[in-house]
Amino acid sequence: MIELEGVRKIFNEGRSNAFAAIDGIDLAIRSGAVTLFTGPSGSGKTTLLTLIGCLARPSEGRIRLDGRPVSGLPERFLTELRRTTFGFIFQRFNLIHGLSVLENVILPAAPLGIPRQQVVRSALEILERLDLTRKADSPVAWLSGGEAQRTAMARALINRPRVLIADEPTANLDSRLAGEFLQIIADLRAEGQTVLISSHDPLVVRAPVVERVVMLRDGRIVESG
Amino acid sequence: MGRTGSLMSPWIERQAAFIDHAVRAMGRRRAHQIGLWLVYTLLVFLLASVMLFAHALRHEARLLLRDAPELVVQRLEGGRHALLSAAHLESLRAIRGVGQIVPRLWGYYYDPISRANYTLMTPHDDPPPPGRMIIGAGIARVRGLAVGDLFSLKGGDGKSHALTVHGTFSSASELISSDLILMHEADLRPLLSIPEGWYTDLALTVAQPREVAKVAEKVMQRLPEARPILRAELLRTYHALFDWREGILLTLLSVVLLAFVILVWDKASGLGAEERREIGILKAIGWQTGEVLAMKLWEGAILSLSAFLVGYVLAYLHIFVAPAPLLEAMLKGWAVLYPAFVLPPRVDGVQVLTLFFFTVFPFIAAMVIPAWKAAVTDPDAVMR
Repeated sequence: MIELEGVRKIFNEGRSNAFAAIDGIDLAIRSGAVTLFTGPSGSGKTTLLTLIGCLARPSEGRIRLDGRPVSGLPERFLTELRRTTFGFIFQRFNLIHGLSVLENVILPAAPLGIPRQQVVRSALEILERLDLTRKADSPVAWLSGGEAQRTAMARALINRPRVLIADEPTANLDSRLAGEFLQIIADLRAEGQTVLISSHDPLVVRAPVVERVVMLRDGRIVESG
Repeated sequence: MGRTGSLMSPWIERQAAFIDHAVRAMGRRRAHQIGLWLVYTLLVFLLASVMLFAHALRHEARLLLRDAPELVVQRLEGGRHALLSAAHLESLRAIRGVGQIVPRLWGYYYDPISRANYTLMTPHDDPPPPGRMIIGAGIARVRGLAVGDLFSLKGGDGKSHALTVHGTFSSASELISSDLILMHEADLRPLLSIPEGWYTDLALTVAQPREVAKVAEKVMQRLPEARPILRAELLRTYHALFDWREGILLTLLSVVLLAFVILVWDKASGLGAEERREIGILKAIGWQTGEVLAMKLWEGAILSLSAFLVGYVLAYLHIFVAPAPLLEAMLKGWAVLYPAFVLPPRVDGVQVLTLFFFTVFPFIAAMVIPAWKAAVTDPDAVMR
């Protein structure tokens, strides 16, 4: 369970151009479900995901993970949470060029001290599941949009995170690839994976796999299903 | 993922993973890294060459003066060097504090074939048998002489004196013995026209080193035409000579150091956009700042240690095997016959550490500091 209580995120705080990207959000997110954050561009979807995913701290309010406050933790502990609890699929995938698919996938596991062979075995299992086995040794620069996204997803899953966070996952995909992505999410959901998605793509908003839609505007929740 | 099935500790596994990533990161910027490595290796090579060379020269200087007498007495006539007689020797023997007095026989010989001056000398202890001589490697080389060959020298009496080569000096002392010929007194006197009972100069040992100056003063009182030369003065002369050479080398060193500072500064002036992006991604996917730095540390260590090692080994080969073709010009004029300069290998641990400290550490720091700056920024930047 992830709980947000009076969360605000103010950028350029104390300056004349200060603005609240997230402006007082109270929310409880159930584990094992697919939750979608939607809303127009600039509504605060991505910022909210960075706060939940411990990539940034809120300016005000509290975030609790399974009842434990995480928003005030020092950077070191936030990093630990990021690698053990959250897996990120970034909008631009953020794969490291010059590395192969497999090398990108195993990167989050490097600091864990797990034997390489074991990490590679796990990575190959995930790649097989995402139909990327034959691309394991390909440089990521050669991948299509859908393959790059599945690589990003494999990387997000390598440390077996409890929460998968996907930021605008279909923004760079056509309808067919978007459909494939949603099918993978449905499979993960069936296994009890908690998934948080930000998107304003109608295809995602209407997808049956999405159990809850949280609509944002100007950093506030305007509707929560 | 479980954490079983490996004999290596998690710490070693982590470092292995960082090294693996560091090597791949270097591979991605291959052209840049190879260029940097080559420049780095060249700099270490030049710096190490100069340092090894300077150290070897100092060692040669010590070797040269180790057995020098504390006081040498020469005699002047009309401001020019003149011979000393047995009577002079006896008059000095009475001076308090003087230990042994060794009369020395030596002089110069001009060889018109090689157009070089040789130094002829009769060693006090263990001279070669009459009719035989020991020659410097330079003479052996120039005149194509080997042990057993006859070598003819024209004496002051106008006659030719053929001597058999009894041996040559080892290459270890070639810097000072390249143009030296040792022979028996009976051969040297007619060659240099030194009459029996006369000597080139006198080498004095002084029981108390503190009294050397006092003894020299007494020598002057007894023999007003004498010219005492103290070992300390010799040392000063040699030091001036070595310092002059070292000064030129240091000038070269400073230029090399300056080039290295520019290189490091260039490297330290910032990361490329791609590197910064990569660090942001690593942070976002759960790498700690310290782990990013560990990876960068390995990258810097692999590059700088390998460049240091290769540069130093090349410098060693250059100075002690090659022999020093790039610095050879610095040596010319040391002896009349240019020595084939193969210095005996001498490596000073402090010098190695100094070079290591001034090249490897700044380089690693120059790699790690910008990475640290990039790694402490908020990881949410990659979401934007």
